[in-house]
Amino acid sequence: MKVLLTGLALLPLSAAVAAEPGVNALDYSGPAWSPYVVGAGIGVLSWLTFYLSDKPIGASSFYAHLAGFIGKRIAPRRTKSLTYFKDKPPRVGWGFVFVVATIVGGAIAALTGGEFTNEWLPPMWEARFGDGIALRASIGFVGGLLMALGARLAGGCTSGHGISGTLQLNPGSWIAVICLFIGGIGVAMPLYLR
Amino acid sequence: MNASPKTRPPPAGRPVSSVAAPPQLITGVLFGLAFGFLLQKGGVGKFNVLLGQLLLQDFTVAKVMVTAIVVGMVGVFTLHHFGKVNLHLKPTRIGANLTGGLLFGAGFALLGYCPGTVAVALGQGSWDALFGMVGLVAGSWIFAELSGWSKRTIEKWGDLGKVQLSDLLPVPRGTLVGIIAVLLIVGLFVLERAFPR
Repeated sequence: MKVLLTGLALLPLSAAVAAEPGVNALDYSGPAWSPYVVGAGIGVLSWLTFYLSDKPIGASSFYAHLAGFIGKRIAPRRTKSLTYFKDKPPRVGWGFVFVVATIVGGAIAALTGGEFTNEWLPPMWEARFGDGIALRASIGFVGGLLMALGARLAGGCTSGHGISGTLQLNPGSWIAVICLFIGGIGVAMPLYLR
Repeated sequence: MNASPKTRPPPAGRPVSSVAAPPQLITGVLFGLAFGFLLQKGGVGKFNVLLGQLLLQDFTVAKVMVTAIVVGMVGVFTLHHFGKVNLHLKPTRIGANLTGGLLFGAGFALLGYCPGTVAVALGQGSWDALFGMVGLVAGSWIFAELSGWSKRTIEKWGDLGKVQLSDLLPVPRGTLVGIIAVLLIVGLFVLERAFPR
């Protein structure tokens, strides 16, 4: 916990030390394909997942299942007693293998497109916060942790609410995705722009 | 509520297995491969593209999402109209959607990837994705620890249950889908003019 808090406290300091007075995301490499082609592809993929698998696309529950599996190993009784895992027992289901395959799909696209990065620090992060791996690790961990809390509370993430929920005109999904961007912009702006 | 043309009653007397049936797993893998491939090609596995959206410098993420919503919405509602698919609505809980969304956004800004794109980032060789994934698992556990409490409190604030926008507005669903599709497409044109990337 101490390490994490120190990391958070170090963020503005590292940014102050780094050379650039604010970063521009457009200085770095962009997408390989048109966002409209990719967006339409994901839209069509949604038709198929609804039609053939009776499932909406989603990602965040994968991590909850993984947490449940690890919990069952380490503290089985505790895991079984928790409300969330009672409602949703950890399971290797459609959504679980979907996310595992997403990793592989990303790898295939990057390797065939000459975009495999093999790096521990994104260049834009480095330009802003320097090349300390511990800082990136602690902030990344905290970021993931907050995202999981938020996604479980809201009931989904950028995929489950942001695409699958919004396309079904689910009011809760629209609220969640708008708040997601408000929260994200509100934190990113002071961190990266001065 | 909506009729569920494809819903079958669960098989009685058999405990739910912790591993799904093979056909469901095979389609999950195939669709996941396609999803990861498309996201990587769309550049949304890249830290700077995702962060660029939150800094309002790079609008790739918005373009991908809005296009996916328009195409997905028209297709899924058409299929639903003809009874070919079920809808999968998550409950609208205003308090939880709001606070969860804000928390999620803050975490997204710190990590620079979201739960789906972090998987793409890992596949693409952006190894810092691993830190985020460990955090996601840890956060999921912490939520589970808090789930009894959140169910009694936050999740009750403004709980409307499983509703569609057309349940709340005095407009037929088909009309609403048409109006929103047009609005989103106009939005895309404006976005493209203002922000070529």
